Amino acid sequence: MIIRGDEPEQIRLLKKLYPKGNYFMQGDEAIAYGALFAGCRFYAGYPITPASEIAETMARELPKLRGYYIQMEDEIGSIAAVVGASWTGLKSMTATSGPGFSLMQENLGYAVFTETPLVLVDVQRSGPSTGQATKGAQGDFFQARWGTHGDHPIIAISPTSVEDSFWETIRAFNLSEKFRIPVILLADGIIGHTREQIRIPDPEEVEIVYRKLPANEEEAKYPFGDVHGDLIPPMPIFGNGYFTHVTGSTHKENGLRDVYTPEVHDRLVRRLHKKMEVHEKEIQKWEEYYTDDVEILLVSWGVSARPSLGAVIETRKRGIKAGLIVPKTVHPFPGKRIRELSKKAHVILVPEMNLGQMILEVQRVVRKEIPVIGVNKIGGVPLTVEEILKEIESSAERSRHRSAD
Amino acid sequence: MCMAKQIYTKYKMAKYLRKEALPTALCPGCGGGTVLNAFANAIDELKIDPRELVVVSGIGCSAWIASPYFLADTLHTTHGRAIAFATGVKVGLPDKKVVVISGDGDLAGIGGNHLIHAARRNIDITVILVNNFIYGMTGGQVAPTTPFGAITTTTPYRNIEHPLKIAETVASAGASYVARWTTFHVYQLIESIKKALNVKGFSLVEVISQCPVQFGRRNRMKTPAEMLRWFSKNSISISKAKNMSPEELEGKIVIGEFVNKEKAEFTEELNKLIDEVAQYYSLGDEDAD
Repeated sequence: MIIRGDEPEQIRLLKKLYPKGNYFMQGDEAIAYGALFAGCRFYAGYPITPASEIAETMARELPKLRGYYIQMEDEIGSIAAVVGASWTGLKSMTATSGPGFSLMQENLGYAVFTETPLVLVDVQRSGPSTGQATKGAQGDFFQARWGTHGDHPIIAISPTSVEDSFWETIRAFNLSEKFRIPVILLADGIIGHTREQIRIPDPEEVEIVYRKLPANEEEAKYPFGDVHGDLIPPMPIFGNGYFTHVTGSTHKENGLRDVYTPEVHDRLVRRLHKKMEVHEKEIQKWEEYYTDDVEILLVSWGVSARPSLGAVIETRKRGIKAGLIVPKTVHPFPGKRIRELSKKAHVILVPEMNLGQMILEVQRVVRKEIPVIGVNKIGGVPLTVEEILKEIESSAERSRHRSAD
Repeated sequence: MCMAKQIYTKYKMAKYLRKEALPTALCPGCGGGTVLNAFANAIDELKIDPRELVVVSGIGCSAWIASPYFLADTLHTTHGRAIAFATGVKVGLPDKKVVVISGDGDLAGIGGNHLIHAARRNIDITVILVNNFIYGMTGGQVAPTTPFGAITTTTPYRNIEHPLKIAETVASAGASYVARWTTFHVYQLIESIKKALNVKGFSLVEVISQCPVQFGRRNRMKTPAEMLRWFSKNSISISKAKNMSPEELEGKIVIGEFVNKEKAEFTEELNKLIDEVAQYYSLGDEDAD
């Protein structure tokens, strides 16, 4: 069934249930409310720390909005049900953490290859394996990009606060619906379980997007074809008599499997990648602080962006020209802008709660122009302003010595 | 192209087939053709418009029976997960008939968990599980349903495991309708599929089907006729099986209807809950302030 989320009845319910104003809640809850405001009306999930609160909130609130919550027998079934529901016209979501995210990779790849809109929330926790189940981390950066097999594109975005989690979840849905691609929300267990103030808006102020449907029978014949010239096929969802065929095998524009013709595979896989490239400006998003005259550039993401900003502000007071760029969309990576900024800076620091993942992307785009140093912390306790500040000051010190030679 | 034209003018059920996908990739003698025919006949006799259907399948030869050959909305998914995908489809399209047609390795091997829980949930989907005792598509490896002692590519000496009794397992998990037939018992199969489609709740029709190329050939039954004769000779009705010992039942195929009892169905209960919640929180339009 088709539910966009901005129908008059939906708006009425949202206003009645969640009146505009200030609320105090965890990041996990903000993600759930963001999903509801984005029009999500199907959630299939499986409990896992630290994401269970997302499932609990959806289980409690979805029925009030005439939405559907189902708890599946495992994570694999959860993402499968989400894909199935998406093909009936429902905006669908699931949430998990590292171990569950690992389980979901196969069906995530299926969703990418069949261009199924959905949002997969990974509330990152300390790994590998069972790890420190209750402690947040940022170790899934590359799993989000390459966890599923094959040459596939993906969109992954990462919020930096509870209120940001609300809005980034809405953005996740909008990107996923607009571009017919799964979007991963790389949240983390720290923001997920921290309570902060959040302003819930008037639902009419929230812009939401629904996938393109075929305008007529003719368009419906090409569920995987570039019908409109923007590389985004209209989606002939089930139940409308289109006799749509969807398969995870390599397929032609009409959906039917063809694994024997090399050009068919080449065309399909390249179109999926080109679809992202051509629309990159709409997908990209980052925040910059004090970058106009930056000498020591910090690149950070998710929860680590917060102490990074604190450190930048403090060192600026001390006369050090530090600056910060926070990629909000982490995949595709804002390489071009970071490369631009690297031409001004003397050094780049990459604070993250892992042993160095986003730093590899920074090094890739910056190449050998300037030193790129990781500020890494694992063990479940977030980076502090002092720890990052020390690194900035060391870098400043080294620069001073170098220029004194 | 020429073959498709032949099928169109001679085969009564051709209108239910996706012409562009023909000819089928099924081996000569495969029981899958019989299952496709039985399904098409059941749909036809019930006068169900294929626009009211969504067919979901997994990976394997049996997953190809209806997808892409049957002309309806078809979702060809990942190995073992068809039932989980179908669950999402059914919740989103509660008024459509959601049918899963896939194989034994797919639905009861890797997908066993989803099969059991869909039955427990009693969600209104119809599962036609084609059991050919083997992983056929990948060349004939042993499956959870392969008979004790059989030869397969991964039991080249003999199979030391005993097969899973799928219909019995699903019956005890909570399904509303469970039956087992074989591709030899075509008319009973068609009637059973009709019943399964009409039952509100989880229904399973397990169809024992011949794979002469991968299973039969390695187990002294290399022609489809020999396999069908084996089905016919070794099938025992449920009522007769009740009075037989496990040793007597070894190697036998118990056929018939195991369960046929409607009870509370998942999507109905889910929608009922939503109505209750709306009432409780006074969310109806009349109560708008």
